Amino acid sequence: MSGLEDLYREIILDHYRSPRNRGDLPCPPAHKGEGFNPLCGDDVVLYLLADGGVIADVKIGGNGCSISQASASMMSCAIMGKTFAEARAINEAFKNILSIPDVDSNGQDVGAGETGANQEVSLGDLQALQGVMKFPVRIKCATLGWNVLTDSLDELDSC
Amino acid sequence: MTTTDAAAAADAHTAAADAHTPAASPVPAPLDGAKLKADFPLLTREINGQPIVYLDSAATSQKPHSVIAAMSDYYDRYNANVHRSAYFIAEQATTQTELARQKVRRFIGAAHTEEIIFTKNATEALNLVVNSWGRTNLANGDAVLLSLLEHHSNIVPWHILSAERNLELRWIPVGDDFQLDLSNLDELLEGVKVVAISAMSNVLGTLPPVSAIAEAAHERGAVVVCDACQFVPNRVCDVASLGADFVAFSGHKMCGPTGIGVLWGRRELLEEMPPFLGGGEMILDVSTEGFLPNTLPWKFEAGTPPIAEMVGLGAAVDYLSGVGMEAIAAYEEDLVAYAQKTLKDKFGDDIAIHGPADGPRGGSISFAYRDIHPHDVSQILDQYGVCVRAGHHCAKPLMKHLGAQATARASLYLYNTREDIDCLAEALSKASEIF
Repeated sequence: MSGLEDLYREIILDHYRSPRNRGDLPCPPAHKGEGFNPLCGDDVVLYLLADGGVIADVKIGGNGCSISQASASMMSCAIMGKTFAEARAINEAFKNILSIPDVDSNGQDVGAGETGANQEVSLGDLQALQGVMKFPVRIKCATLGWNVLTDSLDELDSC
Repeated sequence: MTTTDAAAAADAHTAAADAHTPAASPVPAPLDGAKLKADFPLLTREINGQPIVYLDSAATSQKPHSVIAAMSDYYDRYNANVHRSAYFIAEQATTQTELARQKVRRFIGAAHTEEIIFTKNATEALNLVVNSWGRTNLANGDAVLLSLLEHHSNIVPWHILSAERNLELRWIPVGDDFQLDLSNLDELLEGVKVVAISAMSNVLGTLPPVSAIAEAAHERGAVVVCDACQFVPNRVCDVASLGADFVAFSGHKMCGPTGIGVLWGRRELLEEMPPFLGGGEMILDVSTEGFLPNTLPWKFEAGTPPIAEMVGLGAAVDYLSGVGMEAIAAYEEDLVAYAQKTLKDKFGDDIAIHGPADGPRGGSISFAYRDIHPHDVSQILDQYGVCVRAGHHCAKPLMKHLGAQATARASLYLYNTREDIDCLAEALSKASEIF
């Protein structure tokens, strides 16, 4: 059927069936963030272990649909070992392909900075999630984990 | 006029259904869903190049042409405010909305027209009871008995009042058979001031024995609030035999428009209750010192009411009455049994249906299909034009009991057919090809 192949790309289904970095981390020293989609009940738990402004380890918990869980799994791979600034740039680049401004829960833009700052960011496999665009209701699923990342980095930065 | 047209149209359809005996069905149904489908303009739409198969009527029903026409007719010909002016179209608007109230009264077997309070929806109706009756009659620490089947609309208002009054919320559990477990009812009712129960689960289709629970509650002096949102559209509702003191339901689940709901209450209780919302229409007199509330039912209808929606609900009642609620109930019982058998026969242990396996039940079929998340199930079904709900269905305490974060739910109404069920089963099998 038209569109479904765009949504359920093989790489997405692979991350759904075999989620990467699944589990938890002791808190502290790790930081725990959680996000819910109240409409469908999906949740994503994000554990970040920070080491001097670098994401030293990432684990993902929670339950939900293929898109929310695969997206979180792919995110964990993309941000592992990256600096906070790099992780923010990836976050912004990812949300740009879904045409969503990177805002915090108050609607404030907390992106990496000037427009175009993330043009150098290579999204790799994450590009596969662009097919979600054809299914607007599922964009919230795809961005669930990434919104947790935004809030978690904000909290870590303010520590 | 439009209302007569609606009744005539529905009568014609019933007559046509009577004349047509489906050869394929071993038990001839007195109602023909396929014929009724033609009354609903939306059901002629195509989605993704395929005829729409609408299986989400527990969320909202589709509207027959007669309802849409009655509402258009109001705006086209007699749009005016009600209960305010003496000119012709204002009187016509008032007459038509009060006629709708009488139609609703007859439809649910209420003794008095002034017992029919129009609200925004069932949620507002339940909030009215909690805020007006509850706030007046519940003291600090009083006990409220709910069932685990309840929709958030019949839970959260009690939580809100509880935050103020420190109410004790007790819960009637749900058994493995998806029925209410009433084995400890006597104990649960001990000292309870109010019992709030659903007459038909929007998730499981369970039909709790409201009248028996109400009788037991009344013996102990408790008041009974019934959420009949799923019950009124699908079963013969007679508030006298239901036995509750308050009954709430929504227009949009019974072929009517959104934005209109009904609270029925016993007159003696309603008369004692203070107003819920203040404003126009709900007063007899206002001075700088205070106000005198209006008589029933307007005491509880502050502000300009949803006039077109009242007219639309009246037309919906005409439509349902024309088809016949007994026929609708029998047809849905047959259809839900067919759906359960079809899905079990085709998918066996790959499908788990959360709901009573046999016996009388409502048309909500919540299910888990293999290990495919309900959100993904509904997305794939959509590609085949099949509309089902995925999520927690505004019943999170029940979902927690089921051990499910979410379920997919197909829900049936009078315009659904066995072919719709076959389409659902076929589309489900496609989901296996992707996951």
